[in-house]
Amino acid sequence: MSVAVTIESVQKSFSNFAALRGVSLDVQPGELVALLGPSGSGKTTLLRLIAGLEQADDGRVLFDETDTRRLSLRERRIGFVFQHYALFRHMDVASNIAFGLKARPRSERPSASEISRRVSELLELVQLGGLERRFPTQLSGGQRQRVALARALAIEPRVLLLDEPFGALDAKVRKDLRGWLRDLHRRTGHTTLFVTHDQEEALELADRVAILNDGRLEQVGSPDDVYDHPATPFVCEFLGEANKLPVEVVGGQAFFGNRPVLGGLQQNQGGAASLYVRPQHMRIVDDTPLALPGVVEDLRRNGPLRRAEVAVEGLIRRIDVDLASQVAPAIGERVRLRITHGSLFAAA
Amino acid sequence: MSDSPLPAAIYRTDRALRDGFWIRALLLTLALGFLLLFLFLPLIAVFVEAFAKGYGLFLESITEPDALSAVRLTLLVAAIAVPFNLVVGVAAAWAIAKFEFRGKSLLISFIDLPFSVSPVISGLVYVLLFGAQGFLGPWLKAHDIEIIFALPGLVLATIFVTFPFVARELIPHMQALGSSDEEAALTLGASPWRTFLTITLPNVKWSLFYGVLLCNARAMGEFGAVTVVSGRIRGLTTTMPLHVEILYNEYNSVAAFAVASLLAGLALVTLALKTYLEWHFADAISAKSRH
Ligand SMILES: Nc1ncnc2c1ncn2[C@@H]1O[C@H](COP(=O)(O)OP(=O)(O)OP(=O)(O)O)[C@@H](O)[C@H]1O
Ligand SMILES: [Mg+2]
Repeated sequence: MSVAVTIESVQKSFSNFAALRGVSLDVQPGELVALLGPSGSGKTTLLRLIAGLEQADDGRVLFDETDTRRLSLRERRIGFVFQHYALFRHMDVASNIAFGLKARPRSERPSASEISRRVSELLELVQLGGLERRFPTQLSGGQRQRVALARALAIEPRVLLLDEPFGALDAKVRKDLRGWLRDLHRRTGHTTLFVTHDQEEALELADRVAILNDGRLEQVGSPDDVYDHPATPFVCEFLGEANKLPVEVVGGQAFFGNRPVLGGLQQNQGGAASLYVRPQHMRIVDDTPLALPGVVEDLRRNGPLRRAEVAVEGLIRRIDVDLASQVAPAIGERVRLRITHGSLFAAA
Repeated sequence: MSDSPLPAAIYRTDRALRDGFWIRALLLTLALGFLLLFLFLPLIAVFVEAFAKGYGLFLESITEPDALSAVRLTLLVAAIAVPFNLVVGVAAAWAIAKFEFRGKSLLISFIDLPFSVSPVISGLVYVLLFGAQGFLGPWLKAHDIEIIFALPGLVLATIFVTFPFVARELIPHMQALGSSDEEAALTLGASPWRTFLTITLPNVKWSLFYGVLLCNARAMGEFGAVTVVSGRIRGLTTTMPLHVEILYNEYNSVAAFAVASLLAGLALVTLALKTYLEWHFADAISAKSRH
């Protein structure tokens, strides 16, 4: 049922503007891949290319072994959920969902009773039973979202493409739908490409995350992989907060000023570099040879955690430190910071 | 606004507000006075004049053979021109709103052309093309095809003059809607034709209806272009507006106003329908923004 999607060095320009500059990506059958990137990075363009709503200037997209250029939009069998739902406003929920089935050529079209059976099945699946006769304007954002999904699922798609499915919803509803979508994917097993610019959403939902920046893929990998081992400074900064330290690498150690702050590096690294450290990878310690001294300037609450802002001599920006224990330092206290994990990128 | 601004103005001692009231009253009087004097009174005059010599004469004026043939001709011309402009207008609006192509802005200006050209000139162009001394005149004569001073000429002139209404009404609406509904339908497997019929058209049905209404009103009321190509062969090539003019020139003012009152009646019906639609429209549009 589900197919593998292979994207081979796809390029796409709009007049003079290059929206995609050679993107390659393999999606396994049944896999859920999140396409993550800032606004304007080309996420929607890539989805539209796969769906056939846009033609690539160069490169190709394969479904299993089939070149999609040979397939019509209908033959591609794509379930596309648009950034703004695009529900048919003059049709009620049931007609919206039934649209794809009714649009089939007569020979493949299910009977009317079969269609209405499928519609109620899908409405159950997206937990909207009983709302058949409502019109899109009479639904909440989250409900519209699920109608759009049910409509896309009705054609038994081979690939599901979701463009910021939760983009227009408030935080609480997003969280609920996220869990629900993961559940649904587990049950239905569609090959799914799912666009978001919310890194938390991508990391939580996806089997793999592909990070797009300015029309190029920066990194593709499992959520743990991309989060803990970002391939580029962009990925590191985009996936979460990070403190940036200019360092000098000598003999397997990173020096901030003349102070060693991180050891155990590969011997072949050397020279000026940037060290990125996430707030949770900074620890306040009593004493250790590799440590960064500083003064606590502020204490804040950041969701479930408390966070200290530490001023370090030689750095303009304060260092953010997540506090693991309940005992917090006092403002003005001198502390030493140990880096438990960091990502090193050679200075450009 | 209109519900008793006076007490509110007295209530508040704010000077600016009181000044505002006087300015508002002045502007309102001006606008209403103008409407009354230049639009409402003439309209009433038409009906008063039509019935001036009694109901019998009115009825006689609109049922005499020439008047009837003018009504019939007017309906016939509209029955050809309006559906034609409906189809072509929808096609043009669709192409402009949903596709990018070379020469698009040129096409848009061409659609507006009939509005910016004097109708008399539109009519003259057809005479120059198809008239006896015209470009294609000899060829048409040789093949025994009559265009000028005949029904085809009237229809052509009317089509030209009323072409913009449907397209002008549809283009902004279609552009505002964008193409995402159509794209959704296409990915769901609908054919382009089915997408057009089940998605594009229903989405703009009110503006379409509105455009057709205006197009029809103009088609029936058109005078300038039609007068040039008609030749005014009484009972044969005179539409209602031309018939009115002929009667008026003959000092037969009761008959002239009787036929004119039919046209005025059409205008009133159009206005009523239009108002009703704008209501509907407001609903549809606010529903859209909630969407
Ligand atoms: N039809 C078009 N014509 C011209 N430029 C376009 C067109 N579609 C997209 N672009 C440009 O291509 C770039 C990528 O657009 P795209 O819609 O793929 O971004 P996105 O990653 O989906 O952004 P967002 O998160 O804001 O939805 C943008 O800079 C956009 O301006
Ligand atoms: Mg987008």
